[in-house]
Amino acid sequence: MSERAEQEKQLIEWLSDMREDEAIALANRMLLEEKANPLRVLEVCRMAMDIVGQRFSQGEYFLPELVLAGEMLEKIGAVAKPLIRHSDGPAQRKLARVLIGTVHGDLHDIGKNIVTFMLDINGFEVKDIGVDVPVQTFLEEISGFQPDVVGLSGFLTLAFDSMKETIGAIEAAGARERLKIMIGGGQIDETVRAYAGADAFGRNAVDAVSLCKNWAAAA
Amino acid sequence: MSAQETGTPASTAPAGGPGYARRWQRIMDCVALRQPDRMPVIMYATFWLAKYAGITCRQLMYEYELTREIAERAIVEFDPEAYNPMVLQSASGRALEAVGFKQLQWPGHGVRDDQPFQYLDREYMKAEEYDEFIFDPTGYYLHTYLPRVAGVFEGFEELPHFPGLHYFRLVGGVRSFAKPRLRQALENVMRAAEEVERYIGHHAAFTERMNSLGYPCTNLATSVSPYDFLADYFRGARGMMTDLYRRKDKVLEALDKAAVFLLRQAVAGAKASRNPIVFIPIHWAPDAFMSDAQFRTFWWPSFRRLMIGLIDADLIPMPLWEADCTKRLEIIRDVPPGKCIYWFERTDMVRAFEVLGDVVALRGNLSPSLMTTGKPAQVDSAVRHLAENVFAKGGRLMLDCAFGIPDETPVENVRAMFDAARKYAG
Repeated sequence: MSERAEQEKQLIEWLSDMREDEAIALANRMLLEEKANPLRVLEVCRMAMDIVGQRFSQGEYFLPELVLAGEMLEKIGAVAKPLIRHSDGPAQRKLARVLIGTVHGDLHDIGKNIVTFMLDINGFEVKDIGVDVPVQTFLEEISGFQPDVVGLSGFLTLAFDSMKETIGAIEAAGARERLKIMIGGGQIDETVRAYAGADAFGRNAVDAVSLCKNWAAAA
Repeated sequence: MSAQETGTPASTAPAGGPGYARRWQRIMDCVALRQPDRMPVIMYATFWLAKYAGITCRQLMYEYELTREIAERAIVEFDPEAYNPMVLQSASGRALEAVGFKQLQWPGHGVRDDQPFQYLDREYMKAEEYDEFIFDPTGYYLHTYLPRVAGVFEGFEELPHFPGLHYFRLVGGVRSFAKPRLRQALENVMRAAEEVERYIGHHAAFTERMNSLGYPCTNLATSVSPYDFLADYFRGARGMMTDLYRRKDKVLEALDKAAVFLLRQAVAGAKASRNPIVFIPIHWAPDAFMSDAQFRTFWWPSFRRLMIGLIDADLIPMPLWEADCTKRLEIIRDVPPGKCIYWFERTDMVRAFEVLGDVVALRGNLSPSLMTTGKPAQVDSAVRHLAENVFAKGGRLMLDCAFGIPDETPVENVRAMFDAARKYAG
């Protein structure tokens, strides 16, 4: 195995084992001292994140690991992204576009942020439009961003009606048939999915990724 | 046999009106793992009261007299065994405003008039401040935390550092109180205290009124698990989760420290309230939030110490285990029998009964989606399920919704809940 291949293997191992200090130091050395291709380093990070995602879905990892993985990736991305030149290669093709936001009236975002991160590292182009998002903003963003999937997040029970209202407005605007809608949050269950008129609900970020992957494969 | 004779603490509140003793006894029977004469039903309402009365959340938060009148009407109409401190939990608008509270958004302060208040998850304590918090929590509160979370304390940064003041240094230290910013802050705090006094006064008068009508309040004191205290109110979700890897030892040290003062405060609060039940909403214990090993290392030990401390002080911990805590049931079983009420939100109650039925009383847990979007007949079936599969089989269950009555619940579903409880469990 070449030295670079050894390094990459090591980086994957340290990132996926949550050994932050070692992983960040190695990534920085590869990028800044050894002038490794930044796109390749990011690709290696994505491979590590795949392992993190697998461990999460197998019940070995939980929220702390997803959040820490996200922060490690952010740190490496901040160093790698300014180093990317056009000659380094084409940007990775995205699986599908996902628009995500917390519905109006609700300010919670912990779950939404984790779903956004997990979709991003799984190859989706995600646009997160924040919390307390008015129905009209969803409609404008759907029209501009042209997502394949819309994710509605909400923690409070008031979100049930906000979700129903948002989905109703998407339907009234004639955009419902073109996209899939998934909902998620603390109190969300099948009853709420049926009430709001969503295509599916997810209990966690892995569910969200599976839903989007299945829809992308079927498209 | 009275509750006291069996070692279960009883309320020392003044003798209530007709039915008070009978209602309270049902609760205490459940705690002591005895069969009550019927399944108690608890009415826990906060912003649902606005829907019930057709007013806005803002009115509920700001109009003391109106909120008291509505809460009384709801309790008398539904006739529960006990109720939550509704005025304290709803009519806080003026007090929050007076204190300049920054950790919540409420009607007129960040959310619409028809919306409930919401907590803002933020980093209120920086990672590099752990040492200061651990070394001297009081000093950290005075100089850093309080001015950060409540406007009324802005200026407290100018307070002298009291440890180290002695002899002539102590005399000189008083000079800090000549600083205009600090003097202004002290005046602001005193002014805010007048509003908070009014707010608590209304809560106390309401509680007394309900006592006289025969309705006990479930609890007047609250507490928090040390982990949730640190995660929710200091480090924020993101900070706390990464701290489990980045500064594990400091987290454990801070939890140990917090467990001591949180216990002292909860005991003092409960004793002063003359109600033995201490309500502890729990946020970070759910199955999905951390691994079994993390739960056993970071979450459970300091919380268990807090609960045992409360029990030793003759008090009754009532944790509300939010979300699904099925995987934690075997661990949280480790408490003395007949001393606690475990309220579950989404954990399957039948499963909770199977694992914990011989150790704790249970409370809950009609689902929010059922209560808000279901029909009365569906509520009836859900109550019947709990009555037949938990209460009738020996579970000391107090019926309630998963986390009280959801704000949007149609009134007819609340009626269905109470009617069904009487129909299926006395």
